[in-house]
This record gives sequence, C-alpha cells and structure tokens, in this order.
Amino acid sequence: MAKREIQEINAGSMADIAFLLLIFFLVTTSMDTDSGIVRKLPPMPDPNQEQEDIQVKERNVFVVLVNRSNQLLVEGQLMNVKDLREAAKEFIQNPNNDENLPVKEPKYFEYFGTLEVTSKHIISLQNDRGTAYKTYITVQNELAAAYNELRDELAMSKWFKKYDDLDEKYQKVIDEIYPMKISEAEPKNVGG
Amino acid sequence: MAHFKKKKKGFPALSTASLPDVIFMLLFFFMVTTVMRNAELKVKVAPPKADQIKKLENKSLVSYIFIGVPQQTKVFGTLPRIQLNDQFAEPVQIREFIAAEREKMKEEDKNKMTVSMKIDSETEMGIVTDVKQELRKASALKITYSTLKGNPLDRPVNY
Repeated sequence: MAKREIQEINAGSMADIAFLLLIFFLVTTSMDTDSGIVRKLPPMPDPNQEQEDIQVKERNVFVVLVNRSNQLLVEGQLMNVKDLREAAKEFIQNPNNDENLPVKEPKYFEYFGTLEVTSKHIISLQNDRGTAYKTYITVQNELAAAYNELRDELAMSKWFKKYDDLDEKYQKVIDEIYPMKISEAEPKNVGG
Repeated sequence: MAHFKKKKKGFPALSTASLPDVIFMLLFFFMVTTVMRNAELKVKVAPPKADQIKKLENKSLVSYIFIGVPQQTKVFGTLPRIQLNDQFAEPVQIREFIAAEREKMKEEDKNKMTVSMKIDSETEMGIVTDVKQELRKASALKITYSTLKGNPLDRPVNY
C-alpha cells in the first residue's frame, strides 16, 4: 500500500460553505444605493436679530403654490406640473428681456465675459400642509430639472460637453450664471 | 482498481479547484461594499420617483429619518409616524437624535453630516415640514430626499 499523499481533509465542501456565507450576506445586507434630491435648508433665523424684510420686485419672483388637491397655481394661473419645467426655464433665462420676467443685469463671468443674467430672480414655493409628498417631490424635481437643463445647454454651447462632464472650475462659473434660488415658505393651510 | 478510483469522474476540461477562491472573493466584495441594514423599517415607505438625483457619497456620514404609515396599523394606528433609527419618535425628539448622531462622528466630519429622509409618497407635507423645522433648529442643514430613479411625470395623475 503506497503512502497516501492525498489531503486528509476533504476540501470539496469548501465551495458549499462559501456559497452559504455568500447567500447569507446577500440576504441580510442591502446594496442600498441611496440617492435622492439634495437640498440645503436655510438656517434658523436668529431670534435676537431684526428680520429685515428684503424688498423684492414682483417681476423677480416666480410664485408656485401647491394646494391640498395637489394642484399648482403658478404666477396666479393654474398650471399642469408637466408645463412647470418650461415655464421655470423661461423665467430664469428671460431670453427676450420681457418686462414681466426678472430684470436682466450685465455681470462679468470668467470664461464667458460679460453676460446679461437674471441675478436677482427667486422661485418661491409654498405648499399646503395637506399636499402629498410625491407632488412636492415632483415639483422640486421639475424645478431642479429646469436649472439643470439650462446649465447643460450653456455647457454644451460653450464647451460641447454636458454639465456633469465639466471640470469643477467650469461648473462653478455655470453655477454662478444660473444659481439655484428656490425659496420655500412654511406651509399654511391655504385649503383646497 | 483502487488506483483508478479518482479518475471515475473523468477529467473536467476546466479545473474547478479555484472555485472556492472565486466564491471567497465575491464574498469579500459583498462584505466590503454593502451595509448591514441597521434599522428594520417599522413604517411603510414607498419612495417617490425623481430624475434630478445625486448619489449619497459617504454612507458613514448619513443619518436616516423614515416617515410613513406604520406597518402594524392595528397596534400603531394609520397616521404617518416618524421613525428615527429603529424607534418611533415625535418631531421634538429629532434634536436629540441629531446631537446623538453628531457625537458618533469625528470632529472634521461633523459639518458634512447629511440627513437622508425616506418618506412615503402618500404622506402629507404637514409632518414633513415639522421635521424640516426641527432639523433647521438642530442645524442639520444638509438633507436629501430619498427617491427612486425615474421620471415622476410618467405616472397617471389625477390633475
């Protein structure tokens, strides 16, 4: 009988053990790629500091109201949420220098020179306490989309790349030309 | 015949001797890239869809707030509740929660803390606004509304 040089421990079941452990991990953990809309909340106003009411011209403000029945009232008119993106883009860009849309002022930007931009525009969003969260997210999404589309268009026309593919310093300049100015007021019970 | 016992199966064309190694590699990959689900969802959360989204970068700097209808409606009712980590809570407890989460972080990371809000689509904005106000008071200003990726306008809407 020749001396057996085979392994004492049968390693054939190592694969089975490994499979079991793998399945355990697949089941108990979550590859939860958490993604969502990123926002920054405004800090709480200092109670001791005097609240100065900033004077804004009506033409510089884009008023979006959402009521309890998830209907939108944009600048005093009923609007379907599908049309919000285009309306917001027109407001932010004011391509024809319309008098009812924000004031366009010339400002100097690196890489672009002097451009006329609506530097003082504000989008004001007000919900009702009874508005559905998904409507709120849809509105936020469409407003963010308006800004992102404008930024993409500008990046394409200047550097032939989409905004996300640009270097950080170029992105910063575009952010200055189209800053995201979405202001949210506290929801009241404005009713349906 | 004893000498030929090992050859009974025939030669596999591909050597399967390294199969356990491959499995172990996959296993380590999953161990490293995934996160143990740290809280059992006690509330039903069906996140809404959005397409202007950004991925959360650093998971260790994220705290989670869940808002939705409890899963056990017979015990906890049908009104939406807030869940912080693994317990129900009221809006006023959010400040303590944020302070506790901050304590767990290193000094330089403290101002990079973000709060990810996983909220059910059908929740009304009242409770969400209360939570946001409390977050503002606790100076937790970086927030993310957790959403699924998709076009929110695709769904049939009733307006």
